[in-house]
Amino acid sequence: MAAPRSDTGAEEKVVRGLRGVLGAELARQVWRAAPQYGLLIGFVVLCAILSAASPYFLTTQNLLNVALQAAVVAIMGFGLTFVILTRGIDLSVGSVLALSGAVMATVTAGRGPLIGILIGLLAATLLGTVNGLFVTAAKVAPFIATLAMLAIARGLTYVYTQGAPVGVHATAFTFWGQGTIATVPVPVMVMLVIFILSLSILTQTRFGRYVYAIGSNPEVSRLSGIPINRYVVAVYAISGLLAGVGGLILTGRLASADPNSATGSELDVIAAVVIGGTSLFGGRGGVFGTLVGALIISVVANGLVLLNVNPFWTQAVKGAIILMAVLADSIKRKSWYE
Amino acid sequence: MTVELLDIRKSFGGVHALRGVSFRAEAGEVTALVGENGAGKSTLLKILSGALTADAGDVRLEGRPVSLHTPTVAQRAGIAIIHQELSLLPDLSIAENMYLTRLPMRGPLVDWGRLRADSRRLLARQELRLDPSTRVARLSLARQQLVEIARAIAQDARILAMDEPTAPLADEEVQTLFRLIRQLRGRGVTLIFVSHRLDEVFEIADRITVLRDGQVVRTLARSEASPELVVQMMVGRTIQEQFPKVAQVPGDLVLEVRNLYTKELLRGVSLTVRRGEIVGLAGLVGAGRTELARAIFGADRIERGTLLLDGKPYRPRHPGDAVRLGIGYVPEDRKRSGLLLNFRLFSNHTLASLKKFARGGRLVQRLEVRAFQRWMQELSIHARSAHQQAASLSGGNQQKVVLSKWLELSPRLLILDEPTRGVDVGAKVELYEIMNRLAASGTAILMISSDLPEVLGVSDRLVVMHEGRVTGEFERAQATKERVMAAAIA
Repeated sequence: MAAPRSDTGAEEKVVRGLRGVLGAELARQVWRAAPQYGLLIGFVVLCAILSAASPYFLTTQNLLNVALQAAVVAIMGFGLTFVILTRGIDLSVGSVLALSGAVMATVTAGRGPLIGILIGLLAATLLGTVNGLFVTAAKVAPFIATLAMLAIARGLTYVYTQGAPVGVHATAFTFWGQGTIATVPVPVMVMLVIFILSLSILTQTRFGRYVYAIGSNPEVSRLSGIPINRYVVAVYAISGLLAGVGGLILTGRLASADPNSATGSELDVIAAVVIGGTSLFGGRGGVFGTLVGALIISVVANGLVLLNVNPFWTQAVKGAIILMAVLADSIKRKSWYE
Repeated sequence: MTVELLDIRKSFGGVHALRGVSFRAEAGEVTALVGENGAGKSTLLKILSGALTADAGDVRLEGRPVSLHTPTVAQRAGIAIIHQELSLLPDLSIAENMYLTRLPMRGPLVDWGRLRADSRRLLARQELRLDPSTRVARLSLARQQLVEIARAIAQDARILAMDEPTAPLADEEVQTLFRLIRQLRGRGVTLIFVSHRLDEVFEIADRITVLRDGQVVRTLARSEASPELVVQMMVGRTIQEQFPKVAQVPGDLVLEVRNLYTKELLRGVSLTVRRGEIVGLAGLVGAGRTELARAIFGADRIERGTLLLDGKPYRPRHPGDAVRLGIGYVPEDRKRSGLLLNFRLFSNHTLASLKKFARGGRLVQRLEVRAFQRWMQELSIHARSAHQQAASLSGGNQQKVVLSKWLELSPRLLILDEPTRGVDVGAKVELYEIMNRLAASGTAILMISSDLPEVLGVSDRLVVMHEGRVTGEFERAQATKERVMAAAIA
């Protein structure tokens, strides 16, 4: 008799307890789904606490503000989710955002917003593709390849901008950061559209199935005839492209491309993906978790401001939330070292 | 040390893995534990090793009840389990592996001289000619297994249980292992031997305990048992024919390999497979059979040589090329290279043929599930549902899922690498029958097997390899165990 996949004592106890109340099959289902629901429950509880603590929290204005703050992290997080699902990592998203923002702003000044935005997004996709080629063709570990790109892209941004912010004033450009459609900020709209697109790709298409397959077991995938390298390059290209979209939104919002923008933001993006329950071992997770993860980070930051907590606490609280989210998930899973 | 398990019960969710098993193994004896996959052997070993705790029942050592609630406790009690997946640290030396948890120290530093001397003495006592300073990664799988046993002895194990230790071994390596087992038996170690290979059980065991569906059918002394009787007790019915063979008239050439070289191992291999023909590829482990399969499938680089597929030049650069042209490959290690264990059954099934299940770019799950269910019936895969995780199936059923993945593509050539390893007797016969049916419908089959009776019983033609070359080729009628063995070690 083969033992079930994760036969930890803890799981058995919980399942046995639940079985008394719910019956065997349902108990198993609830336990399986618990990590995802746990995340949502945590999110709802967090919101409930904040709305009790501050009358301002539950206003439309504030909620839209929370979503707006989450948008850039969430959008980059969707791209990173693809990468992490294939067992990879992309540390370069913040720098790619800055470089593409600078390119967009500069080209827009000369050739108008349409060409500017397209060239900027193209540059971001190109940088992502380079990441993917280093990971596949040159067999560099994803952590190293994208760490190098983090430094290179940031450096190129400084060279390209001479270290000074580049202003943009075309309304067709700033619309992406400042505009609203029926009171909903455009960045939130963009976030939702990309969320739905990513979700459909991951759950409904061959591409998505292969992304999960490659992360679950690259050898099995290769021996099933899947051209792994092509898909891995594509996944890094997507991450680059979405960092570029982040660049568009951030530059549009500030009406200026700051070469220092999004420095260190890769940590927030990774945090959103990890809080969302996507496994760093690949093959497990998805963009829904990432969306909730980004919202949680944003709600916490927002809540700390509303509750007049010293902003110096923000980082520490964020770290604690990451640990809590991962702890909830790790009851089910083996330790990193097993 | 005598070990007794009394009325052990264990269930997972609603599944009863063990329903009151009582089992006894004596010091200085080899007790074989046999049964089909799913009979409860592994669960029993896991309880003995402290990896699982029983729901009910007692474990007694020398008549005294013990509670084996963690692996450490079991190890301290003198129980060692050799699993199929070896647990040595590949980058450390043999000596370091043997004494890892209690390295001899001189003050805060490791006493390397004593470590070498101790391990050399212990290896010599077991007549193992190995240099203790060799890095484990450099040893063959067979030798690593011997080291693992030596380590257990170094840790004063008095009870040694081995789970399918001979599965990855070639015949001569099995004999080395058996020499060691006999020697330990002579020194009063209690040995428990789990195996699917009955000829080996009869060669080494003093007593045979047969498990079926989580219960002990009977324990027999070797003298009162016969292979037929044991098989019958294992499956609960009589198996008519071990190798149901339907002779085929082979058709046109499907695959022709001429003078194939790879960088690593193959040295000018030539071979043909025809429509409706089962070609068996025999040889010792390391002869280059898997390498040949991988080269044909595009998984390993071909250095030079000619391949023809249906008469047309064929040079795969990537398994995708082979799959597109209708070649399927069931790899040797199904857990590592055959199945996505965390994927559901139907998505394992459709992985190689996913294009068929997309409509306007979207995958239609209903079609995937239906396709799998058809093969589930066709291959009698025992599963609760198509949505079950692949990890939850037994070995034989997992193998059928890997097979069904390729059958969905109606391949013209199917390469099977040790397809029945770790598969129980009943499922083996079913797999042979499936192969017969595929051959009858015109599929060309190339089967690698280290199980000599199997490869003789199943193949229409036999090709024998040794050190990267073909050293013998026999029609079914001419193939004998002696001739094949002679070619395999030539």
